[in-house]
Amino acid sequence: QQQHEDLSTKKLRLTKPSKSAALHVDLCKATSPADALQYLLQFARKPVEVESVEGVVRILLEHYYKENDASVRLKIASLLGLLSKTAGFSPDCIMDDAINTLQNEKSHQVLAQLLDTLLVIGTKLPENPSVRMRLVEVACKHLTDSSHGVRNKCLQLIGCLGPVEKGVAKEAESQAAKDVQKIIGDHFNDQDPRVRTAAIKAMLQLHERGLKLQQAIYSQACKLLADDYEQVRSAAVQLIWVLSQLYPESIVPIPSSNEEIRLVDDAFGKICHMVSDGSWVVRVQAAKLLGSMQQVSSHFLEQTLDKKLMSDLRRKRTAHERAKELYSSGEFSSGRKWGDDAPKEEIDTGAVNLIESGACGAFVHGLEDEMYEVRIAAVEALCMLAQSSPSFAEKCLDFLVDMFNDEIEEVRLQSIHTMRKISNNITLREDQLDTVLAVLEDSSRDIREALHELLCCTNVSTKEGIHLALVELLKNLTKYPTDRESIWKCLKFLGSRHPTLVLPLVPELLSTHPFFDTPEPDMDDPAYIAVLVLIFNAAKSCPTMPALFSDHTFRHYAYLRDSLSHLVPPLRLPGRKLVSSAVSPSITPHEDPSQQFLHQSLERVYNFQHLDPQGIQELLEFTIRDLQRLGELQSELAGMADFTATYLQCQLLLIKALQEKLWNVAAPLYLKQNALASAAAKQILEETYKMEFMYSGVESRQVVIIHHMRLQAKALQLIVTARTTRGVEPLFGMCEKFLQEVDSFQRCFISELPHMQGSFVDKLLDLMPRLVTSKPSEVVKILQTTLRQSTFLHLPLPEQLHRATANIIEPTGESDNPLRFTSGLVVALDVDATLEHVQDPQGTVKVQVLYPDGQAQLIHPKPADFRNPGPGRHRLITQVYLSHTAWTEPCQIEVQLLLAYNSNKSKASTRIPKSTWNESLEALPPSENGIEGTIPFSKPVKVYIMPKPARR
Amino acid sequence: MPEIKVTPLGAGQDVGRSCILVSIAGKNVMLDCGMHMGYNDDRRFPDFSYITQNGRLTDFLDCVIISHFHLDHCGALPYFSEMVGYDGPIYMTHPTKAICPILLEDYRKITVDKKGETNFFTSQMIKDCMKKVVAVHLHQTVQVDEELEIKAYYAGHVLGAAMFQIKVGCESVVYTGDYNMTPDRHLGAAWIDKCRPDLLISESTYATTIRDSKRCRERDFLKKVHETVERGGKVLIPVFALGRAQELCILLETFWERMNLKAPIYFSTGLTEKANHYYKLFITWTNQKIRKTFVQRNMFEFKHIKAFDRAFADNPGPMVVFATPGMLHAGQSLQIFRKWAGNEKNMVIMPGYCVQGTVGHKILSGQRKLEMEGRQILEVKMQVEYMSFSAHADAKGIMQLIRQAEPRNVLLVHGEAKKMEFLKQKIEQEFHVSCYMPANGETTTILTNPCIPVDISLGLLKRETAIGPSPDAKKPKLMHGTLLMKDNSFRLVSPEQALKELGLAEHQLRFTCRVHIQDPRKEHETGLRVYNHLKGILKDYSVQHLPDGSITVESILIQATAHSEDQGTKVLLVSWTYQDEELGSYLTSLLKKGLPQST
Repeated sequence: QQQHEDLSTKKLRLTKPSKSAALHVDLCKATSPADALQYLLQFARKPVEVESVEGVVRILLEHYYKENDASVRLKIASLLGLLSKTAGFSPDCIMDDAINTLQNEKSHQVLAQLLDTLLVIGTKLPENPSVRMRLVEVACKHLTDSSHGVRNKCLQLIGCLGPVEKGVAKEAESQAAKDVQKIIGDHFNDQDPRVRTAAIKAMLQLHERGLKLQQAIYSQACKLLADDYEQVRSAAVQLIWVLSQLYPESIVPIPSSNEEIRLVDDAFGKICHMVSDGSWVVRVQAAKLLGSMQQVSSHFLEQTLDKKLMSDLRRKRTAHERAKELYSSGEFSSGRKWGDDAPKEEIDTGAVNLIESGACGAFVHGLEDEMYEVRIAAVEALCMLAQSSPSFAEKCLDFLVDMFNDEIEEVRLQSIHTMRKISNNITLREDQLDTVLAVLEDSSRDIREALHELLCCTNVSTKEGIHLALVELLKNLTKYPTDRESIWKCLKFLGSRHPTLVLPLVPELLSTHPFFDTPEPDMDDPAYIAVLVLIFNAAKSCPTMPALFSDHTFRHYAYLRDSLSHLVPPLRLPGRKLVSSAVSPSITPHEDPSQQFLHQSLERVYNFQHLDPQGIQELLEFTIRDLQRLGELQSELAGMADFTATYLQCQLLLIKALQEKLWNVAAPLYLKQNALASAAAKQILEETYKMEFMYSGVESRQVVIIHHMRLQAKALQLIVTARTTRGVEPLFGMCEKFLQEVDSFQRCFISELPHMQGSFVDKLLDLMPRLVTSKPSEVVKILQTTLRQSTFLHLPLPEQLHRATANIIEPTGESDNPLRFTSGLVVALDVDATLEHVQDPQGTVKVQVLYPDGQAQLIHPKPADFRNPGPGRHRLITQVYLSHTAWTEPCQIEVQLLLAYNSNKSKASTRIPKSTWNESLEALPPSENGIEGTIPFSKPVKVYIMPKPARR
Repeated sequence: MPEIKVTPLGAGQDVGRSCILVSIAGKNVMLDCGMHMGYNDDRRFPDFSYITQNGRLTDFLDCVIISHFHLDHCGALPYFSEMVGYDGPIYMTHPTKAICPILLEDYRKITVDKKGETNFFTSQMIKDCMKKVVAVHLHQTVQVDEELEIKAYYAGHVLGAAMFQIKVGCESVVYTGDYNMTPDRHLGAAWIDKCRPDLLISESTYATTIRDSKRCRERDFLKKVHETVERGGKVLIPVFALGRAQELCILLETFWERMNLKAPIYFSTGLTEKANHYYKLFITWTNQKIRKTFVQRNMFEFKHIKAFDRAFADNPGPMVVFATPGMLHAGQSLQIFRKWAGNEKNMVIMPGYCVQGTVGHKILSGQRKLEMEGRQILEVKMQVEYMSFSAHADAKGIMQLIRQAEPRNVLLVHGEAKKMEFLKQKIEQEFHVSCYMPANGETTTILTNPCIPVDISLGLLKRETAIGPSPDAKKPKLMHGTLLMKDNSFRLVSPEQALKELGLAEHQLRFTCRVHIQDPRKEHETGLRVYNHLKGILKDYSVQHLPDGSITVESILIQATAHSEDQGTKVLLVSWTYQDEELGSYLTSLLKKGLPQST
């Protein structure tokens, strides 16, 4: 729609007298520079069409030469730049003029602006090396200008346009083919820090454009690290990093000694040094870059974690070293001995380097920094370095573990994530595990969940460690019962990773006794389930373990295997004839039995053609029931099973609605039949929308079938209406609409039509010419027969299918205390929900609030309210504003999450435009908002509220 | 040569009684005015008679600067200003000004009321003294008088601690006070810009120590407290009222918040409460986290920490108590300690250093049976832990500060002589600056090389810079001008203007030189040859051949005449003004080499 508007306005503008002429008149009329400036400002507000750009430029330039006032010239210069940016306009025709203007310009500001314009022109003409050469030459000429702004722009221009290939430069120019690098390098020592920064940036720009920087710059750049200005230092750090990546293996001498080291090591040391710079901007920059210096030698790398502690000139061991020693010697941490951190050996005073020790302790400093930005950067860098070096990962572990106690949550979270990423390389010591586990009590759910994820993939070294982890996780469970799923999942992985460590713990965990029978634990206790999850998963790869189980454990296994099948693996239990474990491995060891079951039942359904209607219905009903049950049991297949069950349900409804008996009854009974059929049609429509939008992984093959089903439902609707309404007039419209839909279906899915032999739409399209010409009543008749005769389409299943689910964690809906607020004012309700398998939640997930009076409110959460803790998972933490007029007593409102969809836009893949945060559902004009309908996809939660009348 | 003189009256090769006199460019400044914890006689205060025997101190001192509120930096202030007599300005930061009198009052109470000393400053004196204080903001340049200016930088250490830059003209001194280069739970790290002072006076408490990461200590502390509380035990943390107490409070408060713990935390009332009030007020002086979150909640509005009542000590169940004093030698902390010592579930954590002879020291050295007053024997069954939380910069931190400030000289105070020696050697070796460590009463003189600002007339500047802009603009540049010293001001003006102002006539100075050349040709031919030769060599200069046969190179005149005796020898007369000396002498040397033989 917007495009239309554009077009129309454009047409209008073209009929007006040319813009350039208008400008000319305006500028001539201007009596004072201020006037002229005003005209120009006004002019700049409107875009100029491509055809008249050149004319406008000419007029501007003409005026430029006449103008005495610098500010007007400045504006003209900037306008020139703007105009040359116009899409479709090639600025080479105005380049000469633009360069000419430079010659007589006295004002530095205008000069700088003109150079900026030239830069724009130059970037618009990437294919023209000679133009670029010329511009670079012009820039070089102005490099001696006394104003920093002009020099700045010149350097920028050279950086962006300077020749990248040396060969070309030599051919094209003889004397001006000066080395661009040298020209820029000369300005590293400029007196103005801004120019120095610009010079370094220009150099980096050249590098980005593919020019190989010379190694000679390195020493220059190193000097810049000691610059007084932070921008310069920050840029210099980048330059050094670039050089270290270009020439990692070159050898550079160490000043004040005869030794030489690799350049990358030297650069690493220098950047490490910048981690303790005075400016935090530089510190962040340095810490970030450290992470990507992977070629550095391990000897240097490990220094970054060693501060070389001393106390009173005697070497001291760090707390980390002490902890390590305690554990390797098998002693338990006393921590109570006074002075156990007493320094040991004497240090040779001459050998201690306090500051020039390069990389020494850089990360220790970075992780202790005042600004959390620096700390996060340091953690990230640690992560990247540790991923590439296992030995470093081992060493940095202590430091990462320490970061779990940072005061800023973001840092804690980041370090937990980092640890997870490097967990393949490390094994946690018991004391480290202890610290890690202590964080489980954190009140932030994000942190706890991140930690569970971490524990899923950690290696633990001892059985005590496992025990400790279990105990702490159980503690966590009692403290925060909502973490249940996450904890179980965590224990699942913990168990399957460490079967041998779990084995000796089994009797204790199950509290079995060699002689006495112990009471059977409560099967519904989440803690007991947690323990069993750990044990069963360990038992999977440890065949001796089941021998330790007591009778009830086997019973519980059977129960859990059934109810929590995603957490409990199939076990081969000796002497037990468990149906699932006995049958499945023998037949198809490769394929999952439940998957097989799914396919089998579907096949059975698709072959029902030969059955009588009654039999078909029964078969469908049974299959739907089976599939639903399967979905509950097998979470991996839930999406698939639900999807097919829904489809079958639609088919079932259709069959029921079309039953011959119903349609043949006498007129008085129409009503009942009508109600049933129209309800069925409506439900089918709803279900098809669910199928299309609630599942992630739906492919176009499925979409066709879904749309086909929808078409059938619409046909049914038409038939029902036709039979109940009197008069032909309304039917005309409906028929036409339906035929349009058929038409658009054909257009959208033309490629899929061959696969739909014998289907409703196939038959319909055959009859299309007839339908178009016939009367509505005829159409209805035809439709009815085709509907009945059409075959049931197979629904091919995609590889992965997941149903979008949402779970509202907060509000819990258990509170008996109403939320009181004054009527007319708003109250903020915190909503915390987890979403799974929702594509583009920012655009589609809405919160609905349903008031007792039936009023519904639809709230669009801000995009920032969605977090993405893992693939396919989202978390919505938002605030919902409630308001209502006064009530006499507290009442419950319902909060629910909805999935908004728009079938028109789903194909076009355009995002739904964001509207204001709060609009009531009734007021939504669907076409404007882009929301066609909504599907509730979470259980509604009741919140007790009480708007009090305002006190007067 | 101008010089800066520094004399420590206290804190020279010593910790405590910080008091340093600095004379810089004729101004005398006293840095800090502290007392010594170790003495109870006259030695506890600095010897102010060093400054002047008779006569008021006000006449000798231009200002006094107090770096922070610790008593070893401000304890002698009322004595100094009221009893010895000083009426000049005293500078300190706002938080220091707020908290300092509380501590002084406390100190007075202990000395006068408890120890019964007389001839000590009174409450009124503290008040009068505080009236003389001028509060300064961070990075605010305060003009003490027309020449002397001071500026405060953030120093960490305790709330309101500052480093001060003292500047007269181009000479400057930076005094660090106590500072901390690593941030802690409530304060940030010290920071200074590249101010390149002539002298940096730095504390050096941890001159020979490089500390471990703070995180381990914090983690240990929290873990111990947490474990004890979970066991149902009580934790006693004896603290000094200010500084560390707040840090530990924040640490525990946030931990309690994070971990959702329910056990109560108490702190003993009195000083701490009052001080907490100021901590709440001076949020801008705290660290990033507290500053950022204070919009939602001021971190010092403790949620979990409540005021302690004597009766609470007997309550059952776990609790954590902060109590003063920090060394367990008297007061509330000792009372609670006696109550709880018998239970092995309980724990006492000593967060700081304990002086020998105190209960704190005894239990830290492992004594399990203590003899209390009244011949009672107290058996200590509770766990005793030591946690060092110190907020001074370590050796690396000191070096880092020096690197940031880039001073020309360094002077160490507030540390032990032996340790200073090591650091001094390191500083000299790594920064190549001289380093001093005077003892108390010893004067160190530092020669400075101040730059003297000179006004240059704009016309001259423009003219001189217009002559070929050098690519290396950062390098020093040669300029021609006349320095006028008149009425105590320096000006650089063009020679013409100088002549005009001074009413002098201009004299021309010309050098002439004769160069003999063997050339049998005629004079004007010789001239032409010389012209061609010079033209070939001096491409960038304007070389002209005048109609009368003489040649000019810029303003240098060259004439060729035949030798009066020998016609084969031509004499070249080269004449130039002294301004063109360089070119002139170059030309002569060029001509002396002779003309090329060709043509």
